Amino acid sequence: MDTTELLKVIEPDGATPGFDTDLSDAELVHCYRTMLAVRAFDDVCMKLQRAGRIGFSIPNKGIEATQVGAASAIDKTDFLFPSYRDFGMALYHRVPPVEMMHNMFGNELDSAHGRQMPVHFSFVDPIRLYSISSPIGTHIPHAVGAAHAFRLKGEDRVCLVSFGDGGTSSLGFHSGLNFAGVWKAPVVFLCQNNGWAISCPSEEQTASEGYAIKAKAYGMPGIVVDGNDLLAVRQATSDAVARARRGEGPTLIEARTFRMGGHSTSDDPTRYVPAELLEEWGRKDPVTRFQRYLEKEGIWTAKLEEQLTAEVSAEINAAAKVAEGTGQPGLETIFSDVYADLPTHLRKQGEFLFDLTARRGDAAAGDGAFPL
Amino acid sequence: MPTLTLLQAVNDGLKSVMRTDPDVLVFGEDVGLKGGVFLATEGLTNEFGKERCFDTPLSEDGIIGTAIGMAMNGLRPVAEIQFQDFIFPAFDQIVSEAAKLRYRSGGQYTAPMVIRTPYGGGIRGGLYHSQSGEAYFAHTAGLKVVIPSTPHDAKGLLIASIQDPDPVLFMEPKALYRSVKGEVPEDVYTVDLSTLRRVREGKDVTIFCYGAMVPVVEKAATQAAAKGIECTVVDLRTLLPLDEDGVLEAAKSTGRVVVVHEAPRFCGYGAEISALIAERCIEYMEAPVKRVTGFDTPFPNTLEHHYLPDDRRVLDAIEQTFEF
Repeated sequence: MDTTELLKVIEPDGATPGFDTDLSDAELVHCYRTMLAVRAFDDVCMKLQRAGRIGFSIPNKGIEATQVGAASAIDKTDFLFPSYRDFGMALYHRVPPVEMMHNMFGNELDSAHGRQMPVHFSFVDPIRLYSISSPIGTHIPHAVGAAHAFRLKGEDRVCLVSFGDGGTSSLGFHSGLNFAGVWKAPVVFLCQNNGWAISCPSEEQTASEGYAIKAKAYGMPGIVVDGNDLLAVRQATSDAVARARRGEGPTLIEARTFRMGGHSTSDDPTRYVPAELLEEWGRKDPVTRFQRYLEKEGIWTAKLEEQLTAEVSAEINAAAKVAEGTGQPGLETIFSDVYADLPTHLRKQGEFLFDLTARRGDAAAGDGAFPL
Repeated sequence: MPTLTLLQAVNDGLKSVMRTDPDVLVFGEDVGLKGGVFLATEGLTNEFGKERCFDTPLSEDGIIGTAIGMAMNGLRPVAEIQFQDFIFPAFDQIVSEAAKLRYRSGGQYTAPMVIRTPYGGGIRGGLYHSQSGEAYFAHTAGLKVVIPSTPHDAKGLLIASIQDPDPVLFMEPKALYRSVKGEVPEDVYTVDLSTLRRVREGKDVTIFCYGAMVPVVEKAATQAAAKGIECTVVDLRTLLPLDEDGVLEAAKSTGRVVVVHEAPRFCGYGAEISALIAERCIEYMEAPVKRVTGFDTPFPNTLEHHYLPDDRRVLDAIEQTFEF
């Protein structure tokens, strides 16, 4: 397979000459709706953060087609190892927005009991979406081990692991791809090359011609795909998943896209992202591109747009309201889940905290603003 | 004398030393045009150019490993690890390589370098943007571990660390970056890397602390004074090497000791202080040493204010030293 030729399906005007999708109309609409949901989720979280009601969020704007196209290529019995900028993967597989919002607020219904920062999701249902870690690239070997376990246990399942361009510099990237190549593990590596690792541009991240080319050294195919083209990302990922299921081993996909927002709600990208790049990529908006495709196919109408926008907006605003109205985790959650069974020293530390709170009142909540 | 925040003092310290020593250079993730995620390196690339302040690929192992090579070859690298929580990919390079290089080569090769890294809680950073990992590093022979708590010390200790012939882990209390201010001399000056600082004098209880816990302890000491308990507050500043004589003198002066750190308790730095006192001056003690620390759990997010030692907990421990 060629590592340098960019795979692209949807033309800027929405045409897809010579390409037939395997997705039904309903599935195509679900893809589009998910992208709109990502955008709505982003907007709501941004407003909540600016209003001081949540501490932090990660903008996903510009990356929606990569997230949704890749997620659409795996089954819900497969295993997702996302990065922290992958809202669309969760939403595509119908993780309820309210479950994600519980994490954004770190409340008592959050699956991680408010222990993690916002956007560090962890789900096992309706799909296994692996607990997100802040250290970069550490999850890549986990996905390889999980994929190898599927194979050793004779299960027809694959892992999809997603990371950014910066992640390719991590130790986990090298270990993960090396092991996967040797073991022929059923795993798909998705490098979302969004141009920036916080403020570090891709040309300072690697001297190689992109990232897909690195696959060759690990003994696997590397594919470059237009990350703003949902159907192209789906096609590349589907091919890689099929290859993994056939026992032919891993694939590295590089999706070329662009982070249209800051690294996070604490970042000011105008300090380092040239305005002309933002303009250039703004014209390649992945949601608009897919909308033009759906229109050409006779699926998209202004009425559909109105209906979907209203639906996702209502759903996500309602989710935020519910999550904000949910109570904080109990003090016991500081001590639970450290081990399967609570050891004596932790039980005593917990009792101390309950006693102290009873005697001297609650600790004062800080107002620390997150800088990253 | 200008009044600076701790963050500005770090920035000023870097600039001051870079102006006088062309071998000093700064690098890490996002330290260039962005100026670091906390802006500690703001303006360095503009003033000194990309040769002397630059971004690296996203690899802590690479940052520290290449710093060792630069250090052994005549440069004075100041490497930044964006959050102390992200330092562990470089653990091998720090513990097995930088710290042992002088010893294993009989002094033929050395690694005079500084690793700057923000540590500690208080910014709602959860598990991976809040940790206090000083104990891992204070256990490492060949390394120095420094934690300032005031702008004056931040600049002076940083310059001393950069000029030191051995590798120094310089941990910056991110909770204090913008919350403490103080007068900072404009010139290049150093603060000695082996002496503690007595912050407050009192005859009843001695409290040992460092970094972000210093203002918390000062607040508790003020509350204790209102109750008639006078505290000596000691900022250790340099955890390795430790000013042992200074610790013993301060402990003996009151006979009651509280040690405060936000890192977990088990095998935490407080255990070393406590053991030192038990071994060397227990006959002066009126009560057992009390430790006020983070819990032996990962660092939570929503409930971080319950995890972090606060003035309530410190005051509680101060009073308990009289209940023995």
